[in-house]
Amino acid sequence: MKRALIALALIAAAPALADSSLPPAALANTQLPDPKQEAAAKALMVTLRCLVCQGQSIADSDAEIAGDMRALVRRRIQAGEKPEDIRQWLIARYGNWVSYAPPVEPVTWPLWGAPILLLVAGTVIARGSLKRRRRT
Amino acid sequence: MNRKRLIWVPLIIFAVLALVSIIGLTRPNDPTIRSHLIGEALPDFALPASQAGKPGLATADFRQGRPRLLNVFASWCVPCAAEAPQLRQLAEAGVPIDAIAIRDRPADTARFLARYGDPYARIADDKDSSVQLALGSSGVPETFVIDGKGVIRHQHIGDIRPEDVPGILSALQAAQ
Repeated sequence: MKRALIALALIAAAPALADSSLPPAALANTQLPDPKQEAAAKALMVTLRCLVCQGQSIADSDAEIAGDMRALVRRRIQAGEKPEDIRQWLIARYGNWVSYAPPVEPVTWPLWGAPILLLVAGTVIARGSLKRRRRT
Repeated sequence: MNRKRLIWVPLIIFAVLALVSIIGLTRPNDPTIRSHLIGEALPDFALPASQAGKPGLATADFRQGRPRLLNVFASWCVPCAAEAPQLRQLAEAGVPIDAIAIRDRPADTARFLARYGDPYARIADDKDSSVQLALGSSGVPETFVIDGKGVIRHQHIGDIRPEDVPGILSALQAAQ
């Protein structure tokens, strides 16, 4: 009986809301009329990180702030701003963290350098073993 | 000779990877995103008023020679209700507090203020979070300390708990 009552109370309980009651911003889920601009906006949005979901791009996220960020990107693209300038505007506020395109700087040298080093090492190893095979 | 030494390379690579994993796994995950605008001028904005009888908010309001708090809040945000007593305490101590209501209906904001108190000098309405994004803020509630020249001096992320009040007051003092 007690359990049934608790279950009933749980059904009736209103969820704690963590989202606003306002509809998404005007350009959050609406494409720009100009397909070229929309393509530029989309290309930028998949490389910007959502602030609250953190593992998703703003193009993928359903979070409200991601919607507001999509609206911001589309508004600025529509106003003629360059995608890289919008990225820099966000980086100035949230750091490189917000962008999925890491810049080349001392901290990221291993990131950019590792593939080149591995390729060089692979070539050396492959050449060594091929030479040996030819000799036998 | 050379070959004998090479045999250790995989083990060394493994040890380095293991060390990196152990450091990464033992360090607690910190998902807070701080604004990079601390020490920079407040971005230019002008927002309409959210409540009748209280003015809206613009960058110029923060260049009056006295440090102010800028509280980013919303009526739909539960921790914002939790920090209301601390904001009231700060307002009673004579700290001027301005607010930006994020993605809120003015009627909902009014209900929130009637229920939890209204410590604000100005309340602005930011329907699409655009000023929140311009500030480098990533959620509600957040509180910024702005000095008398309109420069952001400090950012408090999350609700202001009773134990946070002295820190906010000293940040205001430092911004004098």
